[in-house]
Amino acid sequence: MSIFVEVPQAPPVAVFKLTADFREDVHPQKVNLGVGAYRTDECQPWVLPVVKKVEKMIVEDSSLNHEYLPILGLPELRSAASKVALGENSPAIKDGRVGAVQALGGTGALRIGAEFLRRWYNGTNNRSTPVYVSAPTWENHNAVFADAGFTDIRPYHYWDGAKKGLDRTGIMNDLEKAPEHSIFVLHACAHNPTGTDPTPAEWEKIAEVMKRRNLFAFFDSAYQGFASGNLDKDAWAIRYFVSQGFELFCAQSFSKNFGLYNERVGNLTVVAQDKDNLTRVLSQMEKIVRTTWSNPPSQGARIVAITLNNPELFTEWKGNVKTMADRVLLMRDQLKAKLIALGTPGTWDHITEQIGMFSFTGLNPNQVAFMIKEKHVYLMASGRINMCGLTSKNIDYVAESIHETVSKVQ
Amino acid sequence: MPQPDLLPELSSVFTGRKSLFPVSNKPQDPHVSRRRSVVNVTLIHRYISIMIRGGQMEFLVTERSITPSEGNKRRWDLKDRPGPVTAGTTAINHNYDDPHIVSTPPSQSSLMTHIPVISPQIRGPSGPLRSLQALKATSSKPALLSSQANPVAVFKLTNDFKEDPNPKKVNLGVGAYRTDKGHPWVLPVVKKVEKMIVDDNSLNHEYLPILGLPEFRSSASKIALGIDSAAIQENRVGAVQCLGGTGALKIGAEFLRRWYNGNDNTRTPVYVSAPTWENHNAVFANAGFEDLRPYKYWDAEKRGLDLSGFLGELESAPKHSIFVLHACAHNPTGTDPTHVEWMQVAEVMKRRKLFVFFDSAYQGFASGCLDKDAWAVRYFITQGFEMFCAQSFSKNFGLYNERVGNLTIVARDADNLKRVLSQMEKIVRVTWSNPPTQGARLVAVTLNTPELFLEWKDNVKTMADRVLLMRASLRAKLEALKTPGMWDHITQQIGMFSFTGLNPKQVEYLVKEKSVYLMSSGRINMCGLTTKNIDYVAESIHESVVNVQ
Repeated sequence: MSIFVEVPQAPPVAVFKLTADFREDVHPQKVNLGVGAYRTDECQPWVLPVVKKVEKMIVEDSSLNHEYLPILGLPELRSAASKVALGENSPAIKDGRVGAVQALGGTGALRIGAEFLRRWYNGTNNRSTPVYVSAPTWENHNAVFADAGFTDIRPYHYWDGAKKGLDRTGIMNDLEKAPEHSIFVLHACAHNPTGTDPTPAEWEKIAEVMKRRNLFAFFDSAYQGFASGNLDKDAWAIRYFVSQGFELFCAQSFSKNFGLYNERVGNLTVVAQDKDNLTRVLSQMEKIVRTTWSNPPSQGARIVAITLNNPELFTEWKGNVKTMADRVLLMRDQLKAKLIALGTPGTWDHITEQIGMFSFTGLNPNQVAFMIKEKHVYLMASGRINMCGLTSKNIDYVAESIHETVSKVQ
Repeated sequence: MPQPDLLPELSSVFTGRKSLFPVSNKPQDPHVSRRRSVVNVTLIHRYISIMIRGGQMEFLVTERSITPSEGNKRRWDLKDRPGPVTAGTTAINHNYDDPHIVSTPPSQSSLMTHIPVISPQIRGPSGPLRSLQALKATSSKPALLSSQANPVAVFKLTNDFKEDPNPKKVNLGVGAYRTDKGHPWVLPVVKKVEKMIVDDNSLNHEYLPILGLPEFRSSASKIALGIDSAAIQENRVGAVQCLGGTGALKIGAEFLRRWYNGNDNTRTPVYVSAPTWENHNAVFANAGFEDLRPYKYWDAEKRGLDLSGFLGELESAPKHSIFVLHACAHNPTGTDPTHVEWMQVAEVMKRRKLFVFFDSAYQGFASGCLDKDAWAVRYFITQGFEMFCAQSFSKNFGLYNERVGNLTIVARDADNLKRVLSQMEKIVRVTWSNPPTQGARLVAVTLNTPELFLEWKDNVKTMADRVLLMRASLRAKLEALKTPGMWDHITQQIGMFSFTGLNPKQVEYLVKEKSVYLMSSGRINMCGLTTKNIDYVAESIHESVVNVQ
C-alpha cells in the first residue's frame, strides 16, 4: 500500500482550470477573459520590445556569470524597484530607511513579508494577529497568509455590489473596528478583481484611521504603470502612506508591467523608521529566504534592473507600459459603448470607471455559467473579466454574449 | 499581547517614536546574536545546529520566543496549523477557490512550557554559547557543523575573504566551481543554449504551469532515475520544478509535514546526517517539523563513514522517520557509502518503513559520470521505495543563480502520484506561485537535445576532472611535506568538498594567519584550489597542523 494512500486530490486553482477548459474548447469563437496576462490585439502574448532588447544585451555580455546572487537578491534590482514604487526623490530612501528583498514575483514578496510578520510583528510568533484582505481580493491572498501561519484572516468590506463601486462606509467601519495592530492588505492600484480603487481623498481617510489605530499597511502592487499608464500616478497611495510616516511593506510584482510573468520578478519593499530597524529586519528576512529558496533567480532581475537603471531603456519601458495600458483603456471604452448601443439592461459606466487589467462586470454566477457554457466566453465565477482578452476582432461577440446573458439569465 | 515586562523591546508600537520592528537580533556577528538569544530564554530564535561534544550528540536549539500571551500558541500546534485549506474567514462573496473553515480560537496554554529539546547543557559551563573557537573538542573530533546554527556563515566567509587585503588569500569556502584561474565558469553548452533561447522568437514569458516546465521536469527526473527507468515507464514518477535544491527540499518537506505519517504530523522525526549541509535543519524546521535529529555518519577518528553508527540509528529510529540521504558527494564530508553499504542501509530502511528523502546536488560532479553518481537513488527504487529526490542543477550546470531544481517523486502508482502532485501544487501556489523559466529552459533544451546533452556531459567531466586533479595534487604535496597525519581521505572523498579533519583552532589559524578561508568544520572546497595556489595551501595546512593542536 502506498504511503500516500490517504493524500486527497486537491482541487485545481480556479483561474488555471478556467484556462485549461478554454484550451480544450473547440468552439471557433471562444474567448478567454480569465487569467490576468496581457494580450495584443491579435490576442497574442507580448514580449515587450525593451525586454527583448535587454535579453540580447545580457546574452552578449561576457562579463556576466551565473554565480549565486546574495540572499536578498540583486542589489541593483532591489534599489531600482523600490525607487519605482516610492519615487525617485523619496525622502524615505534618502534617509536610508528603505530596503528590499528580491522575491519570486508578487506571490513570493507577499509570502516573505507574511512569514516575517508572523514571526516578528505584534509579539513574536503571534499567529493570531488578524490579517484583513479586501472582499473580494486576489484568490491567493488568503492562502499565502494562512500558509505563513496566520490563523485569523478576515475580509474587510470593499466592493459594493449594489452600486458597483467602493463600499466606503464599509471600509471605514472595518478599519475602526479592527483590533489594533491588525494587518491590512491594500491593493496599491488597479484592485484585483474589481478594478475599483479609492480616490486620493479616500486613501487619505483610510490612512488617517490606520495611523490612529496602529494598523499595519501591507501594500500589494502588481500593476504599477499598468493601471493608468503612469507609474507615479499608480504609486500615489503608497507614497502618501510613506509620507504619513507609516512603516510598511509593499509587495511589488514585475510580472505584468514588464510582461515577465514566467521569470518571477518581484520585490518586497520595506519601509522602516530608521536604518537600524531596517538592518535588523533585513537580517531576519535573510533567514526566511534562506530556508525557502536560498537566493533568488537572476534572469528576470537582471532584465528589470538594467532597464530601470538605464535612462533610455527606462523611457522605452515606460512607453511599452503605456502601450499596454492604452490598449486596455480602448477596450474598456469600446465594450461600454457597445453594451450601451445594444441597449443591454443595466448601467455599464463601471467598465470605464474601473482601472487596470480587470473589470468586475457585475455578472452573477448563473450568468457567468451561461457565458461559459453557451457562449464559450470564459471568465471567473465572480464576474471578473480580463480586459486584455478583448480584441477588436472579438469585442462584438463578447458584447453580444453579455447582452444575451443579461437578457436571458437572472 | 506580549507581556511588557518580559519583552519591552518588542511592543509593537506605531507611535512615530518606536519602530514596529524592534527585532533584537543583530545580524553582524552571528555568534553574538546567538549568544544573546540563547541567554534570553524568552527571545530565542528557532535554529538547530549539531555539535559533537565528548562523543555525545547534542542540539543547540535556539527556540523562538513564545510569549505566554493570549493568542500565542505553540508554534506548530497540530490543532490549528493550517492544513490544505485556508484559515477561517466569515463567509462572504469572494473569489476563493477553497472552502473556508472557521478558525479555532487560540488556546491559552503558555508556550514556554513547550520549548522542546533545549537542554541546559547548551548553556553549560562554557557559557551560553560556545563559539567554535572555544569548543573544546575532546579527542580530535572537530565540531560537526561548520556554521554554528548560522545559515549564512558560508556567505560571511566569502565576505571576509573579499575584504582581506592579503594577496595570497585563498577562498576554500562557498561551494561553487572555479577554473584553474580561480574564476567562475559559465559552461560552454550553457552559453550556447542561452543564445539559442534569445534568438527563438517562438518563446515568450507567459506563466509556466504551477509545477513548472514539463520538458524540464521529465528530463530532470530521467537524469536521476535513468533513461530506462522502469518506474518512469510505469507512470509513477512525477516532479515539481523548484527553486534549486533548497526549493525542492522545501516543497518536499512542506508536503511531508502536511501529508506524511498522518495529517499535519509535525512530530515525525527527521534525521539528517552528522554533519550535513547547514541548511537542511532549517529547511525542515521551517516547514514545521519539530523533531530534527542527527544520524551518525562521519567517523572523525578513522575519517570515514561510521557505518555501524549509521545502521544503528536506522535500527533505532522510530518507524516512519524521515531520513535525508545525500545521493552522492556527501556535503561536507565527501564520504559516500559504498554500494554494499547502501544496500545495507536500504534493507534496514525498508524493513523499518523509514522515509527516503534523497538530496542530489552533485550528480555528475562527483565521479564525472551521471549514472555512477545516481547509483544509490536508482538502487532504492529497484527496492520498491516510494521516495523523494531533491535535485539541484546549480553545480552540474553551473547555473547557481537561476535556481534550477527538481523534486522527483516516486510513488507506488499513477493514482497516488496524481494526488500527491495536486497537493504539491497547492504548496507551490502559496510559496512562489509558479517557477522561473530561464534556467529550466536551459536545462531542458540541453537534456533533450542529443548533441547538447553530450556536450554537457563533457563540460561536467571537465569540472569533475579538475577536482580530481586538485585532490591528487593536494594529497601528494602534504605527503611530500610530511605533514603530520594521514591524508588518504583527500583522494578517497569525492565531489566538491573535502573534510580535512582540521579542528576549529587549526581552521582559525588558517583563516587568520594564512588568509586561507575554509569552513570551521574543516570543510574545503576543492574547486578553490588551483595550480597557482595549491603549494601555498599545502604549506599553510602543514604549518597549521604543526603549530596548532
